[in-house]
Amino acid sequence: MTNAPSRPTGRKVQLMATCLCDAFFDGVAKATVEVLEHAGCEVEFPENQTCCGQPAFNCGDWPASREVMRHTTRVFESDKPVIVPSGSCAAMLFHGAPLEFEKEKDLPVVEKLANRTWELADFLVNGLGIQKWSGRFPARIAFHRACHTRGTGSGAAALKLLESIDGLEVVPFGEAEQCCGFGGTFSVSFPHVSSSMGCLKLEHLTASNPDFIVSGDMSCLMHLGGLADRGGHPVKTLHFVQILQTALHHHG
Amino acid sequence: MAEQKVELFARRLDRGVQQAVHSNSAAGTEKRYHSLGADYSAPDDLRRLAGQIRQHAIEHMDTYLEQAEQSLKRQGAQVHFAVTAADACRAVSDILQKAGAKKVVKSKSMISEEIHLNDHLGSVGIESVETDLGEYIIQIDGDHPSHIVKPIIHKNRRDIAKSFEREGLGDYNDDPETITRRARVFMRDKYLQADAGITGANFVSAESGRLVLVTNEGNSRFCLAAPKIHIALVGIEKVIPSDAELAVLLNLLGRSATGQQLTVYTEFINGPARTDRPSGPREMHVIFVDNERSQILASDCREILRCIRCGACLNVCPIYRQASGHAYRSVYPGPVGAVLSPLLAGKKFKELADLPKASSLCGACNEVCPVDIPIPDLLLKLRHRGHEEHAPSPGTPPMGAFAKLASSPMLWRFAMKSNKVMNLVPLEKLPLPYLQPWLKTRTLPEWRGGEFRSWMKDRRKK
Repeated sequence: MTNAPSRPTGRKVQLMATCLCDAFFDGVAKATVEVLEHAGCEVEFPENQTCCGQPAFNCGDWPASREVMRHTTRVFESDKPVIVPSGSCAAMLFHGAPLEFEKEKDLPVVEKLANRTWELADFLVNGLGIQKWSGRFPARIAFHRACHTRGTGSGAAALKLLESIDGLEVVPFGEAEQCCGFGGTFSVSFPHVSSSMGCLKLEHLTASNPDFIVSGDMSCLMHLGGLADRGGHPVKTLHFVQILQTALHHHG
Repeated sequence: MAEQKVELFARRLDRGVQQAVHSNSAAGTEKRYHSLGADYSAPDDLRRLAGQIRQHAIEHMDTYLEQAEQSLKRQGAQVHFAVTAADACRAVSDILQKAGAKKVVKSKSMISEEIHLNDHLGSVGIESVETDLGEYIIQIDGDHPSHIVKPIIHKNRRDIAKSFEREGLGDYNDDPETITRRARVFMRDKYLQADAGITGANFVSAESGRLVLVTNEGNSRFCLAAPKIHIALVGIEKVIPSDAELAVLLNLLGRSATGQQLTVYTEFINGPARTDRPSGPREMHVIFVDNERSQILASDCREILRCIRCGACLNVCPIYRQASGHAYRSVYPGPVGAVLSPLLAGKKFKELADLPKASSLCGACNEVCPVDIPIPDLLLKLRHRGHEEHAPSPGTPPMGAFAKLASSPMLWRFAMKSNKVMNLVPLEKLPLPYLQPWLKTRTLPEWRGGEFRSWMKDRRKK
């Protein structure tokens, strides 16, 4: 999975908050807005946005998914960069959508949106050129690199910012390339396999007792957090943007 | 609610077997990573190059296959083409029966598994002995391989010791070295008695007609030492333009499969024995097998034909690690199998259309693939095909209502807000079939639909 080589940058941006932040994680969406504004961006939130259509795409129901994607292209009609605080939804826009529109007449419309899409960390580091994040966050964290950022600059970008924060230590863990087991609808159609993968992931992530499990995708964290909770050993999870936001408030 | 077959298999899988498969696969992934990293500064560039080479080879398969036929004939080999699995089996038995052959020794070959060659040979009264140790154990147990490189990844040495005892190969002894020695003694006689040796081929060079075989046990060399006839079964996609590409492909194959720089034995076979080349079988037959491959080549999933059967995608796959190979109900398991098996099933596609669903689409398979096959994309395309053909897919939520909701902003916003009622009711009691599998092992966070939207609105007012 790779991004288009030249995507628009600039500080007038559109935010795709994602349906998970819309429904559960308003804190992450708020942090995204504050962090982008701190970086000098003017954030536009198109009110009519819903979902990227990935659930239907992954189920094989491409006509249903395309219906949602067509709506999304209309909602985000502009030339501004589209910023997504999720590697997975971003990948749906820049990789999944062109795939499901391969044989459709409006492929160029979808490709145009794909070429404007940035995952949040990727945009901060590779789009805006931010190399260091100021502030302080004294904690040990385990960073789960979400699978849909494979092959993109997102994982390295998030780590670069996190590691530059004063007081923050990123701890290594085993089998880091392994998926958490969420996989969207996979988590409900393969509940045993999905949960077994998640428990294994938690074992690795918590091996050295980090204070927080951190990722750039709330879907992975919702699954891992929910598993740990149900298993009676709750863990604290954070989206990396929440760390960036908190660090700003604890400046020096 | 009905269950996905791979899920059901994984749920019932013996814990010991699952752990053996997991630790063995994880070790394979580690070895691959280190052996590639040790020798190449940019292994991903090499993978992409190999991907281009293989893509070129399959896209020009008509040209290279014809060239390979000419080159093989020039070397003195006889070339046959088989359209179906049954044709391929018949081609083998025809050659053997014509020569009056009764006994054959086989080296490991996935395509012979694919066409169920041993069953066919048994049915026409020809004894066929697998000489790869893992495959031999599979054969005496009446089992099926569960990994394309490590066929007995699901067995432990105690299982094997029991099988050997049962087959009269000595008293119970689970020391791996003893087991191997006993197999070796048994095999020596079989090699000497055999009328023919059957192999697969890892690559066939169109330019030179060289057939390349890689093994670690040297058994394929023994298969071609005493017997007078060599029969090679080759999938039509195995042809590469020339020997030069082997420099890239062999370097990746060993490292990706077993973390070896090169397998212990790499054979380049230049045709049967001649006066100027006295050793080896006197007769060599190459049977090119199609068995649905042309259909795959004509489809939008043709990239899967790049596969060089290294098994790296199986090793790294978290679903394979949980479910093991037999969960895939086909010769090729794991991510490659989830794509290839339903395609090879041809008209019976729907029977295996659940396999592409057995993936979290994490993409680790693509990341380790030595020929950079976009496996997740192919899984998605096959899910789409399954949906179009109404293949059963238990546990997959219907998406029509979701699409309506997600294309109507008013309805969407209303649903976001009104779903807050979920915070007030015991979710476990709700008759929502797609929520319950989640809740069985996971909690759901508090519903906060609409919160962010009102926060954004308030900020704008300020």
